[in-house]
Amino acid sequence: MNRSVATPLMLASPGAVLFAGLVIVPLVLTLILSFLAYDHGTGIKDSWTLAHYMHVLSDSYYLGIFWRTLRLAALTTLICALIGAPEAYILSRMRSPWRSVFLLVIIGPLLVSVVVRAFGWSMLLGSTGLVNAALAAVGLGPVRLLYTETAIVIALVHVMLPFMVIPVWTALQKLDPMVEAAAWTLGASRFSALRRVVMPQVSMGLLSGSLIVFGLSASAFAIPGLLGGRRLKMAATLVYDEYMHELNWPLGAAIAILVLVANLVIMLAYNRAVEARARRMLG
Amino acid sequence: MQKNGPVALLFHALVVAFVLAPLVVICLVAFTPENTLTMPTTAFSLRWFRAVFEHPDFVTAFGNSLWLATIAASISVAIAVPAGLAIDRYRFPGRDALNGLFLSPLIIPHLVLGVAFLRLFALIGATGSFAWLVLSHVIIVTPYVLRLVLAALSGLDRSAEQAAMTLGASRFTVFRRVTAPMILPGISGGWLIAFINSFDELTMSIFVTSPATVTLPVRMYMYATESIDPMMAAVSALMIALTALAMLALDRVFGLDKILVGEK
Repeated sequence: MNRSVATPLMLASPGAVLFAGLVIVPLVLTLILSFLAYDHGTGIKDSWTLAHYMHVLSDSYYLGIFWRTLRLAALTTLICALIGAPEAYILSRMRSPWRSVFLLVIIGPLLVSVVVRAFGWSMLLGSTGLVNAALAAVGLGPVRLLYTETAIVIALVHVMLPFMVIPVWTALQKLDPMVEAAAWTLGASRFSALRRVVMPQVSMGLLSGSLIVFGLSASAFAIPGLLGGRRLKMAATLVYDEYMHELNWPLGAAIAILVLVANLVIMLAYNRAVEARARRMLG
Repeated sequence: MQKNGPVALLFHALVVAFVLAPLVVICLVAFTPENTLTMPTTAFSLRWFRAVFEHPDFVTAFGNSLWLATIAASISVAIAVPAGLAIDRYRFPGRDALNGLFLSPLIIPHLVLGVAFLRLFALIGATGSFAWLVLSHVIIVTPYVLRLVLAALSGLDRSAEQAAMTLGASRFTVFRRVTAPMILPGISGGWLIAFINSFDELTMSIFVTSPATVTLPVRMYMYATESIDPMMAAVSALMIALTALAMLALDRVFGLDKILVGEK
């Protein structure tokens, strides 16, 4: 009996030690750092203060960046849902070879570095890029796209789309296609079959996809960094600037902690929603 | 079998075009003979690929990334396989907490991990150390490996292990000769996913790399914020080619859709 406790602890201990030392300790250190006073001349001081949080949560400059972060992440999530859910549905109705081929096409770019994909969009959206060339061809004047919020959202949607398609696809796999066919046979229109039969099944996938997309978009770094330019900052690029250019680590740490807390709150809310739904379904 | 209508197929075509557009443009522009980011129309040239290999910064960064990803993926496998065995096979106090700890890097934004590591490394004097950079990557890739190892273990038929045990094999021999070969696809798939994730990681690495340990994505990000010329397209095209190769390998070993979509 004793052995059955010792063996798993021995097996897991190298990882447990590493993770305790490199996940919990650094996060606690960062939390502490965010409460330490900072002076532009002398650096980090040994006294405690709430000033960084007060400053970040009252200054309109920071609030503006937080608001942009939330707004663009929400917009990205909405667009991903509007594109990703129908696409997953279309994929699930494809025939055998095409289904896996296109699933790979949609999901494969996930494995290509975000820097590469952001760079691709900066070429497409530039003043001499393909998008402006296409607009010129149909007689629309050059539009400034690069270094705008539009560019950030377009590239974010591109990067996040697989995270929406995957959970919806997984949810659809559990749905017997004959159920939808049965609804048609019983006289339901295509639309009401979609709405009353397919949608309820997909909603959990859609919810978890939205959550992942929102969380990743709100903390995205490379996309706003490369497509937003110096002016259009989001939370992650703001933290980077505080750390690397302003050298105000405590302030940067305070923002990072706020990002983390917001992320965890959303995850908790999601778990609540899942549990509530499970309880409803069990009656 | 229900078929997709013409509207659905048109929608699908647009989505596929949207997904592939930036990658295709990169691969085309990489072959331009011009000095600017233009599509090659009449002539193709390899000059920008040559420029990449004559640029020591990129070559060094590529070497760093390759080493970093190889070592980090290997260490994370060495951690995740025993940890997975412990979590799958045993019920012990703190099991759920341990599982949560191992998977926690998935819900902590890389940005937050980056500043957290930076603070720790600054305090212990490990800034710019390659070894600590490797460990930070182990943290972010281990959850992926653990998930695949756990999936492989839970789908395992245990009668072969029991047979070996009955025939007198020791616990370690059972693992080495029976369990390990059966979960090998999960392990190798996990290693590759870990490798790719480590190789591509930017947001956390940008906080903890020094000029000497800079990785390829960090180098590319820095380069792209300073200047934009076709060399960036050439590096990107090389990375796309490398990723495509890795995908092919992954598909052979494990079935890519299984790893990415996570169905069993």
